[in-house]
Amino acid sequence: MEDEWRPKQCSVLLPTESMKTMAESVGVGQLQEESCVALTEEVSYRIKEIIQDALKFMHHGKRRKLTSNDIDHALKMKNVEPLYGFQSQEFIPFRFASGGGRELHFYEEKEVDLSDIINTPLPRVPLEVSLKASKEQQKTESTEPLKAVKPGQEEEGAIQGKGQGAAATEGKGKEKNVARLKARSTHELSVEQQLYYKEITEACVGSCEAKRAEALQSIATDPGLYQMLPRFSTFISEGVRVNVVQNNLALLIYLMRMVKALMDNPTLYLEKYLHELIPAVVTCIVSKQLCLRPDVDNHWALRDFAARLMAQSCKTFSTTTNNIQSRITKTFTKSLLDDRTQWTTRYGCIAGLSELGPDVIKTLILPRLPVEGARIKAVLEGPVISNIDKIGAEHVQSLLLKHCAGVIAKTRPLPDNLEQYRADYSYLGPLLHSHVVKARAQATLQAQQVNRTTVTITQSRPTLPASQSSLGGTGGSRAPSIIKVPSSLTLMSTRPGTPTQPSPSATKYIVMATSAGAASTQQVITLGASQSSSPVTSTVPSSASAQQPLVKVETAGGGASSVGGSRTLQKYIVVSLPTSSSSSSSSETKSSTTVPSSSASPISAEPTVKTERSESPGASFHGSH
Amino acid sequence: MPTVCDTRSEMAAVQDAPVEADNEKEIKTETLNDAAGNHASAAGGVIPSPPVASTSSSGPAKAGGPGSEEQQTLMAVLQFLKKNNFVGAVDVLRREAGILEDSDESQGQELAASALGGAEAGDATCTLSRASSCTTSTPAVAAAPAKGGEDQPDVNVVLSAYSQQGDPALYQGYYSGLKKFVESVLDCHRAELSQLFYPLFVHMYLELVYNNHETEAKAFFEKFSGDQECYYQDDLRVLSGLTKKEHMKGNETLLDFRTSKFVLRISRDSYQLLKRHLQERQNNQIWNIIQEHLYIDIFDGMPRSKSQIDSMSGSLAGEAKREANKAKVFYGLLKEPEIDVPLDDEDEEGENEEGKPKKKKPKKDSMGSKSKKQDPNAPQQNRIPLPELKDSDKLDKIMYMKEATKRIRLGPESLPSICFYTFLNAYQGLTAVDFTDDSSLIAGGFADSTVRVWSVTPKKLRSVKSAADLNLIDKESDDVLERIMDEKSASESKILYGHSGPVYGVSFSPDRNYLLSCSEDGTVRLWSLQTFTCLVGYKGHNYPVWDTQFSPYGYYFISGGHDRVARLWATDHYQPLRMFAGHLADITCTQFHPNSNYVATGSADRTVRLWDILNGNCVRIFTGHKGPIHSLAFSPNGKYLASGATDGRVLLWDIGHGLMIGELKGHTDTVYSLKFSRDGEILASGSMDNTVRLWDSIKAFDDIETDDFTAATGHIHLPENSQELLLGTYMTKSTPVIHLHFTRRNLLLAAGAYNP
Repeated sequence: MEDEWRPKQCSVLLPTESMKTMAESVGVGQLQEESCVALTEEVSYRIKEIIQDALKFMHHGKRRKLTSNDIDHALKMKNVEPLYGFQSQEFIPFRFASGGGRELHFYEEKEVDLSDIINTPLPRVPLEVSLKASKEQQKTESTEPLKAVKPGQEEEGAIQGKGQGAAATEGKGKEKNVARLKARSTHELSVEQQLYYKEITEACVGSCEAKRAEALQSIATDPGLYQMLPRFSTFISEGVRVNVVQNNLALLIYLMRMVKALMDNPTLYLEKYLHELIPAVVTCIVSKQLCLRPDVDNHWALRDFAARLMAQSCKTFSTTTNNIQSRITKTFTKSLLDDRTQWTTRYGCIAGLSELGPDVIKTLILPRLPVEGARIKAVLEGPVISNIDKIGAEHVQSLLLKHCAGVIAKTRPLPDNLEQYRADYSYLGPLLHSHVVKARAQATLQAQQVNRTTVTITQSRPTLPASQSSLGGTGGSRAPSIIKVPSSLTLMSTRPGTPTQPSPSATKYIVMATSAGAASTQQVITLGASQSSSPVTSTVPSSASAQQPLVKVETAGGGASSVGGSRTLQKYIVVSLPTSSSSSSSSETKSSTTVPSSSASPISAEPTVKTERSESPGASFHGSH
Repeated sequence: MPTVCDTRSEMAAVQDAPVEADNEKEIKTETLNDAAGNHASAAGGVIPSPPVASTSSSGPAKAGGPGSEEQQTLMAVLQFLKKNNFVGAVDVLRREAGILEDSDESQGQELAASALGGAEAGDATCTLSRASSCTTSTPAVAAAPAKGGEDQPDVNVVLSAYSQQGDPALYQGYYSGLKKFVESVLDCHRAELSQLFYPLFVHMYLELVYNNHETEAKAFFEKFSGDQECYYQDDLRVLSGLTKKEHMKGNETLLDFRTSKFVLRISRDSYQLLKRHLQERQNNQIWNIIQEHLYIDIFDGMPRSKSQIDSMSGSLAGEAKREANKAKVFYGLLKEPEIDVPLDDEDEEGENEEGKPKKKKPKKDSMGSKSKKQDPNAPQQNRIPLPELKDSDKLDKIMYMKEATKRIRLGPESLPSICFYTFLNAYQGLTAVDFTDDSSLIAGGFADSTVRVWSVTPKKLRSVKSAADLNLIDKESDDVLERIMDEKSASESKILYGHSGPVYGVSFSPDRNYLLSCSEDGTVRLWSLQTFTCLVGYKGHNYPVWDTQFSPYGYYFISGGHDRVARLWATDHYQPLRMFAGHLADITCTQFHPNSNYVATGSADRTVRLWDILNGNCVRIFTGHKGPIHSLAFSPNGKYLASGATDGRVLLWDIGHGLMIGELKGHTDTVYSLKFSRDGEILASGSMDNTVRLWDSIKAFDDIETDDFTAATGHIHLPENSQELLLGTYMTKSTPVIHLHFTRRNLLLAAGAYNP
């Protein structure tokens, strides 16, 4: 190898043409050939000499790259004026041109307009030099082997000037502060994880319901999603941002279901990503418009659903430091108090607040009832302004009735005097009165059933399927229209392994009752499952301490209103949850006994016929609601 | 100027030389260097024994050679001085050399005449130049023509070599004839005689160039350059560019070659063989070169092996002469005044009353004398006057002792932990780093001419209040030292502006009050760490100063740079106290011996030299590196020296015997930092290859000492495998290791700039 370059280095000279060109550039026209040769040798030698000196500066500058500054210093050392203007840090881009029988390499210097320089904004000030200590702790027993840092583990952007802080991480092969390293690492996903992420997100927002169910199921149960969590949360928050603008209700619902699934995953801890998730959820609760046709589409269900998500996350993550619950409450209250708030937003606020619990209802909503009542009255009984407003007012009314009745029933002393109600709650008084009475009746009914830990579905309650009680309270009824979900939208579904429904257009009701200590909870959710897989939907009371039987009523055919019809058959599915709600070994039993809809039978007494599945997603799925 | 010269020569002899330089300012800087350089080395009788120097100094004229030749050289110098109107210097020189005015006059004229006709190379000049090339000259003078060649034709002529005219066509024949001969001799002699190739090759090539046989020179180079040892590559590259006589004028490397003798060590048997061969073949050309440009150091005994030769060769001027390393070096440590005080006693003192140490001092000394075990190798305590210890220094010593008791005992089984200080966003601009001894401050020198100081403890850097504010302070209060500090100025780092070129070296004073920095602008600056301002700019180098270093006792410092002269300064003198001339290329690194009586300098001529501060002598020359030396470290006991070079190797030297005792191979790039642990068990090396390596220095030293090497000849067998000594290699990601430092408790600190 040495032999290769040695002879070469001896003979490397600048071409004489260069001499001529350079001579011309300084105004010497006809240069003799001999002078050219002489000059060439001299110039080549001097250049080599200067480069050799410049190398010294490179070595002392502790660098591997020779810079133009080194050459300047070498020139200075020889008492030669340095060449100014070659301050380029990088390779100097020489351009090639040929013409007139000459080949030229030149450094392109563009004319610079001074005003351009003045007008361009100043470049960012380079980051200040800073010190960082990283330590290699020597273990006493052995010598440490070389430690290699995985490539790509850390970003060095900051040091290259595009980063943000001077405290940017810096790669060291040494063992370094682990916490620090983690905070800055980017968590590269493996190829498999990337594929998985792609599939899941596509399925979640895609058109195939079966796939979606599967994907959500996977999100809710997979224990290894931690690495993808930041991506999921960004996906959701970005998705909501975009789809709210486009009023794409379906996608918003899908995204909320993803949030739900993430929350349900016991291996994920979302706290670090709440800053992305909460705004998305709140948007779905209070946004002025969530769908293209507010008069037809049922965006109310989304608001309800998101409100429940919100309440759940408040319960799980609110701490004294982040104060999520109080901040959320404040936000809701503020817009509730605003006169100009739209009905849709008003609905969202009330729903959001109501889900936070009876105490919140009592302190924040009950005092507002007269005002809200007056507002509703103005819309419902006043001159018809717009259909949308009317629908909104109706929804707000029923929402208020639903939530407040339970609370009033618990807090207000008997007797329920209609006149008194009217006095207290003005317009909503009579309606509230009837609801409270109903709620009280249900409470008594449930109190009787507590010991049996079953739910009896009685014919006497025509609105049974739609009834949903707030936590710890007696069930209050709710207008069927509120809770009925268009068959195309499924709020929750499990994997397709669930037996499909015989009737494609069936609306299913899942009634769930539980007894937790003294309080009994009953929740009914109505779901429409149309095409393929049957969604099994259930709600589980928050308290998981006591034995929690789950009753699922499946109605074949007919809408919610026709439940009571004698021609329909109802399936009762009894799902018994073990004491630990999150245990995966809970069994669900399905009683396929067909009973007349009118019969009110203690279902738990039925012999179990078929074990639906051994591993219950519902158990972990609905940890708390 | 004359006074300056005067001072130089006196200073070598007398210790606290009076420094007076009234008219220094008017003097041209280059000439100052030259003259000063000559005289400093002259007074010291430095190794290459420059003729100018040895004649001018009335001391033992070491340089051999006929008196007439010496006289002529002297005349040339006188002529030069006269020409530059250094009347005083001429007088002094004349007085010292005992030359009469008129003889000088006449001879001078003669000289001038010959100088004028020098271009035609008349007979007179021939003899002159031949004569001068026999004796060698100082590189300082040699370097001078590069700058002021036109000003001093007379000197140039005197020093020029290669006047002989051989038939250029025969050169190749001569060389290959010798080659054939060496290949034919017995194996045991071949390695030794092969040493001749390189110097002969270079000199023959230069002769050809000098005599304007360009094409023959090129052909010669191409034919034989491949035969040379690979570690001469760098020099060959320089050589290859040189094809014209005019080029030789300014080329320092070649001037060195021409003016200094290449030293070879050859056993008597081999030498006889060579001599006989050359005489038989009547090969006068080669014989002349050997006579004139080579110094063959003949020894009796076994011829050396190839590996032995290779380990010692590689320097620009061959190996060191044996007598160069014969001088006695007092490598022992000085006695620490406080070191005799029992530790627990000191602990109490430190905690109870700060004023007490002073009171107890006499007691200490008396106790000290009792346990005094004078190191026979230590220099006299007052051999070099050292600054008095201040109270604060004593407190610091006490702190040091306390820390030392908590020190971790290192060894192959317990390696030090390493803390790496990474300079972020330095954009490749970090050029030098230093830590204070107590590891509380870090200084960084940068290519943008700034020096930055960081505090790495929670204690922030504060400067002293302004003079007006200081007046308001109650001087009697106990916390006056605290009160003088300006709280508003507290910050974690300070930037010191003042240099006008990249800062290549920084060094803290031991008491942490001062910081030294040296720069491309040719100055060394002293900064106060109380006010964070520049106190003094030491001018004298005129060319980039590559390194500077405070003495371990403060007050003195050494600097070395491109002008090949290392200067010893005292902080309160704006002119150097000593100038150490002798290196043939840039001085790249400097280091004080722990006892402050010696300094080591590493150079681009691939040698390490040890200088005696007392008299300015060069007492050791270590050859063996194959690239410019960039780092030096003394072992804490003062016995050993480690040096690291661009070739990535670390060499260990025994100072007392003047021997190489170890070679640590492992680094793949320049070793920029070396440091022994506080007790000397571990040697840490940091390199451009982004690694810190730890070596078992105890083992390295012990292995050698058990070997039965002959100290007399200095021919050592190095252990083949240095990997056994390597205790650990620690990679950084992309950070060259520029500096290493062991804290007082033996934690290893490393520093470098992240280099994306």
